[in-house]
Amino acid sequence: MNVLADVISSTIVFAVPLLLVAMGGMFSERSGIINIALEGIMIIGALMGCLMMRWLDPAVTAGQLGSQLAMLIATLFSGVCGMAFAVLLAFASINLKADQTIGGTALNMLAPALAIVLTWVVQGQGQTTILIPTWSRITQETFGIAAKDTFLQNLLFKNMYLTTFLTVLLFAIAVVLLYKTKFGLRLRSCGEHPQAAASVGINVFKMRYAGVLISGFLGGIGGLAFTLAAGSGFQSSVAGYGFLALAVMIFGNWKPWSILGASLFFALFKVIGSYASSIPFMPEFKGLEGVSTYLYPMLPYIVTMILLILTSKKSRAPKAEGIPYDKGMR
Amino acid sequence: MKKGLISVLSSVISILVGLLFGLLLLIIVNPAQAFPKFGELLTAGVSSAPKFAKVLYQAAPLIMTGLAVAFAFKTGLFNIGASGQYTVGAFCALACAIIFQMPWWVCLLASVVAGAIWGFFPGLFKSLFNVNEVITSIMFNWIGMMAVNLLCMNLKKGGKLIMLPVAWVSSPIKDRTAALSYANPKAMIPKMGLDTLFDSNYMNISIFIAALVAIVMWVILNRTTFGYELKACGYNKNASIYAGINAKRNIVLSMVISGALAGLGGGLYYLAGTADYTIQKTLLAMGFNGISVALLATSNPIGTIFSALFISYIQVGGESLQPTYAKEMIDIIIAVIIYLSAFALLTKTILSRFIRLDKSNVNADKPAESEGKKA
Repeated sequence: MNVLADVISSTIVFAVPLLLVAMGGMFSERSGIINIALEGIMIIGALMGCLMMRWLDPAVTAGQLGSQLAMLIATLFSGVCGMAFAVLLAFASINLKADQTIGGTALNMLAPALAIVLTWVVQGQGQTTILIPTWSRITQETFGIAAKDTFLQNLLFKNMYLTTFLTVLLFAIAVVLLYKTKFGLRLRSCGEHPQAAASVGINVFKMRYAGVLISGFLGGIGGLAFTLAAGSGFQSSVAGYGFLALAVMIFGNWKPWSILGASLFFALFKVIGSYASSIPFMPEFKGLEGVSTYLYPMLPYIVTMILLILTSKKSRAPKAEGIPYDKGMR
Repeated sequence: MKKGLISVLSSVISILVGLLFGLLLLIIVNPAQAFPKFGELLTAGVSSAPKFAKVLYQAAPLIMTGLAVAFAFKTGLFNIGASGQYTVGAFCALACAIIFQMPWWVCLLASVVAGAIWGFFPGLFKSLFNVNEVITSIMFNWIGMMAVNLLCMNLKKGGKLIMLPVAWVSSPIKDRTAALSYANPKAMIPKMGLDTLFDSNYMNISIFIAALVAIVMWVILNRTTFGYELKACGYNKNASIYAGINAKRNIVLSMVISGALAGLGGGLYYLAGTADYTIQKTLLAMGFNGISVALLATSNPIGTIFSALFISYIQVGGESLQPTYAKEMIDIIIAVIIYLSAFALLTKTILSRFIRLDKSNVNADKPAESEGKKA
């Protein structure tokens, strides 16, 4: 039973960053900008969030600041920094009409290098890991409940972070924003046929900026959420999660609810991959080395690949994504 | 000619601005050391023969991964999977060398075939099922890396773990493959006396092989019908289908060729005998650096030779930044250069306007000959 609780709670904690970042990618692509820089945005968000936590740490341990309030500050800060980083992509691809993939690739290279250099500057030469303070996790203590080894407590308190709750909230806001508001309709129209949108008075530049900035905000928070989930501190990397989120977004067909399903699905396979040795019905492959480090972790990639092939016929990308907006092209 | 000059100039401007930005960062981080270290960064690559040999040694695989990305770009595809193809290529070259005791050229061929196979899947999935090649190749990067690691750890011959050093010498090392120097010296790429000339073990003929392949690729793309068809699919798929070109087949072929190039890069690097494949959980950076090489060369095969040399040069320079600065400073500089070259279009329009203006002025004032020739 405890394994089940572990699997469920880890699935949720790994699905959170995927969901956030894939939603971010969705906003950007639906406005017409391919955001391949999500990986870089995540790294910057994670870096800044961790630095903020490090900075707030003395105040929290001294009891001057509530631990979850500090987490809220750090989370919002990582979102804002992700947004600021995304401005670089927006500027290149919207104002200067640069190739969006190239701009994104450059930002993906910039982010980890910048993170390493900044980590050195803050922590001193050769200190490449920013440790995450223990107060970041929501535990029984946060609510003043006695810790017991029950199914429910394992499920709720083993891997629980403020970001999980925030993600539920952000997801709801995102769905309403995209489908139930004027803004959402306008944003989507810019990704399908920007010239038509412009002809009815929509400012395509503004809408595309909005799309990229929202993706920066969600991507930044997603980066912090990933670092929390991975649990070993921030080491200037998010292990390819930004790219996986892109796959999740495509697999989710650029639609919020499908993306939710896709990220839960992928996270489940990732967790099965890493818990495989403690799940009774999984084959053990006796006599093989590296099964738990290399064989099972391959699972989510292979399964996603197969599913992409099976569902690709229904896949429909926003029509105008990747094409710089040109007023004269009607 | 003028178009070529403008694109070279715009790359040079990106490089200069990127380097300036790097200098600025060095000053911000540690002002006292900034200028001497920046000087070292710029000159380290030619400071001694062994250093220069290292530049050439690293440039060879960079040319190959750069060519892989550039070739795919030319045909309208983004091959972000060069890392995986490079890894698989490296593995097959090493497996041929260590398990089957083949000579070096057979091992290189094996790396080409392996890379081609790893490029085949993204191409096939794109053309048959319309799955975005970026996503597929990212997935195949991870699958390739993990599969190679598994194979290295488990392949057995005569009851011994053949790929690991333990099968050849008594060694506790388990996280890297056996060195070619004792496993199979004849699988090492010939040095032809270059090692004594440069006084460095790193030097072999791989840089010449890579440059030759780059030239062949240029000829294929620019002087053959086959290359023309591939490029046509990249420019406008529908128009090329209308013109009777088999676009589906061409997508697969482009990815196969691109993968083969990246695979050869893996072979060239690991058959030098100076580096062993390390079993680790991260994707190899060489494939991703290939993207920078291709972008800086504006996807011109001949250009990749020079941009790979440049990137290799400042990477060697970056090692001299340590320990005062993180060597990742170099990655920042490269990223800034790529970011700037992303709006190459803008730079090019400004430049062409400037050059044209310059020329008309020049004509009016009856100027020096040399300038007129340059334009």
